[in-house]
Amino acid sequence: MSTALLLSVRNLRVTYPGDEGDLVAVRNVSFELGRERLGIVGESGSGKSTTGRAIMGLVAAPGRVEADEMRLGGTDLSSLDESGFRRLRGKRVAMILQDPKYSLDPVMSVGQQIAETHRCHFRSTANAARAAALEMLAAVHIRDPERVYALYPHQVSGGMGQRVMIAMMLIAGPDLLIADEPTSALDVTVQHQVLAIMDDLVRSRGMGLILISHNLHLVSSFCDRVLVMYAGRVVETCAAGELAKATHPYTRGLLASLPELGRRRAELPQLRRDPAWAEG
Amino acid sequence: MIVLEHVTVSYGTGTGRIFAASDVSFRVEEGAAFGLVGESGSGKSTVLRAIAGLIPHAQGRVILGGREMSTRRSTAERKMAQMVFQDPYGSLHPNQTVDQTLSMPVAIHRLGDSDRRISSVLREVGLGREHRYRYPHQLSGGQRQRVAIARALVLEPRILLLDEPTSALDVSVQAEILNLLARLRQLHGLTLLMVSHDLAVIAHLCERIGVMSNGSLIELTSADALASGRVTHPYTRQLLRSNRGFDRSGAEIVDAAS
Amino acid sequence: MSAALTWRGWLLDPAPVSRRQARLGRWFRAWLAFQRNGLAMTGLCVVSALVLTALAAPLIADPRAAILQVLTERLQPPSASHWFGVDELGRDIFARIVFGARTTLIIVALVSAIVAPVGLAIGLTAGYFGHWIDAVLMRITDIFLSFPRLVLALAFAAALGPGIENAVIAIALTTWPPYARLARAEALTRRRAEFIEAAELQGASHLRIILSQIMPLCLPSVIIRLTLDMAGIILTAAGLGFLGLAAQPPAPEWGAMVSSGRQVLLGQWWVSTIPGIAIFVTSVGFNLLGDGLRDVADSRSS
Repeated sequence: MSTALLLSVRNLRVTYPGDEGDLVAVRNVSFELGRERLGIVGESGSGKSTTGRAIMGLVAAPGRVEADEMRLGGTDLSSLDESGFRRLRGKRVAMILQDPKYSLDPVMSVGQQIAETHRCHFRSTANAARAAALEMLAAVHIRDPERVYALYPHQVSGGMGQRVMIAMMLIAGPDLLIADEPTSALDVTVQHQVLAIMDDLVRSRGMGLILISHNLHLVSSFCDRVLVMYAGRVVETCAAGELAKATHPYTRGLLASLPELGRRRAELPQLRRDPAWAEG
Repeated sequence: MIVLEHVTVSYGTGTGRIFAASDVSFRVEEGAAFGLVGESGSGKSTVLRAIAGLIPHAQGRVILGGREMSTRRSTAERKMAQMVFQDPYGSLHPNQTVDQTLSMPVAIHRLGDSDRRISSVLREVGLGREHRYRYPHQLSGGQRQRVAIARALVLEPRILLLDEPTSALDVSVQAEILNLLARLRQLHGLTLLMVSHDLAVIAHLCERIGVMSNGSLIELTSADALASGRVTHPYTRQLLRSNRGFDRSGAEIVDAAS
Repeated sequence: MSAALTWRGWLLDPAPVSRRQARLGRWFRAWLAFQRNGLAMTGLCVVSALVLTALAAPLIADPRAAILQVLTERLQPPSASHWFGVDELGRDIFARIVFGARTTLIIVALVSAIVAPVGLAIGLTAGYFGHWIDAVLMRITDIFLSFPRLVLALAFAAALGPGIENAVIAIALTTWPPYARLARAEALTRRRAEFIEAAELQGASHLRIILSQIMPLCLPSVIIRLTLDMAGIILTAAGLGFLGLAAQPPAPEWGAMVSSGRQVLLGQWWVSTIPGIAIFVTSVGFNLLGDGLRDVADSRSS
């Protein structure tokens, strides 16, 4: 793990104007990311996905993104407009979403989609793009890239589709990969294959990774560092291995409320939400 | 309480015939909680739906409470087993208030005393008077799932079928729903049959567990055996390992394409 | 003021205490959304004006003036005594427009009363049961869809004699098929919904599921479609009137009025133009209302 700073976010705030006043989805979120694997965990509505989307410039209009600082390498993200973000996406920062079925174009073969991404970013010839796409498919451990290249999204399984997504997202060589619940739609046995592939590539290419998930076990066993979000705020940051020793009552409450194999309890402790967590 | 004998569900004919569940047999004693675990497409939900009587062309015998169920269930037979679905957003009618949702079963079975039944069942699932006349979109995910549980309970069934009842919920809400289910089971002496992909959730609520893969029941075990790792089938072992969080050794990279 | 505020509070209460309050609150919220749409409100005003005019016709205009022929005053231009002028037979056009609103409203009401139930019944049955029931019902729908509307109306008039009732039957016969398709599509998508399965599990009969679970979900789209189609229905009725196949003289009907003025269109423009404007305004009104209703329904489902 290199210490070179890749991304720094200071006081990120995302607001959605509404009928009954503004809804603040993310408030005062600050973190720094090197070439490491950072996990963001939280429950639905905690603002974890919105944080990821804000870094990608994907917060749709009426939503407002403000930050004291948001830098990716040498680029200031907070002053970037839509066309600036479009140049950035893919090449510098890429995102993988939960379900590959919705992220892939249903009328184009998966190989063509990867090649298209390559051509788009490198202005390469059709042959070069095809070769690069096949190489990338092999890199995500697809055994017969030629065959899979010609398949359409509906013909591939969920795990394979997510590997195709990884290939497509990494082909332009981004520095940062944001994976938003990348394996939640997959079966547990397949989940770990996909994560292992993602892990290998991110390490070998020296990239930064942000893994956004609701699954505490997954994040703590996969990442280096974990941010715990609640009501739009980061309530706790800790080394992933030490999540079990977390101090914030919210994190502790979440961990306690998980059923565990080998530890049968008649009743699971229920999380008592303290309004102060959202303020403090 | 629940006896399944050679239940088979298939679609299509000839070589294109797909078995969603093949030759599944097991029994669950009265008041027990039985869990079916497996991945998507393993047939666990198919078995549950066959027990519920939602698959009329299922073959084999389904015996609930000592009575063999007919293919077209009668209204009285329906009262024996009720089901809670996975998605609390999809299982409630979007245009009906909680009150309307709960009064329909009372009206169908002509139970009478609708008002008292509804308020008592709402109290049991931990919802107050203020929730009674709300529409589903005015409730949180956990509250909706409570309504779905109340709808199943209002008919006073002896068997409760649970299809991934907490997988669409946040973990803190999951704990509340699991506690509620455990309490209701005690209170009414319910027999539970729960389906889930999450071993920890299954093992928390159920004493006996069946592991399904590719439409077949491959291993019958217990929560204690799972907890101590005393399982025989390699697939069960793989599931167990996956359950313990990310582990490189558990992530044998195999090409699923072939 | 404070009474109005408490009413509002009662209606918007997030925790209603009775079925009635819950239902009224739901309607009130939809009304608030509808109210914000200016064009839709214009449409609602036009349609309400039509209904009010039709109901209060005898109060607004003299019923005799609509059919009384005063040949000495024929083809007079609009003036203080005859606001919209006088037609070629010496009848007051204002009175005829006012009483023509009744004819139009009768056609609109009758067509709706036939089209919506028939379309819903056939579409829901086909979509819910599927298989051969669906195939048979949809082929019947296709047959009706292939009838040309005006030709069918001509045939009806030839067989049964011209008149409003026959015009309505002819219009309704060719209007219901799209509603059946709409209801079928809706029923098909809802058929596998978990709340339908839950109802089945509780022992609800097919009839109960269709009526209490699926139909309420189809109704908004059917009502919206009906409102949007109303413009076309009014124009068809006017067209039939123009051809002399709808209302028979001397009963006032806007389409027939346009028709009767066409020989004098160049010299006395008001005889044709004013009923034409009435038809136009009413059609646009229904269209705007339908658009507004659709916007409300869309925003609620998203």
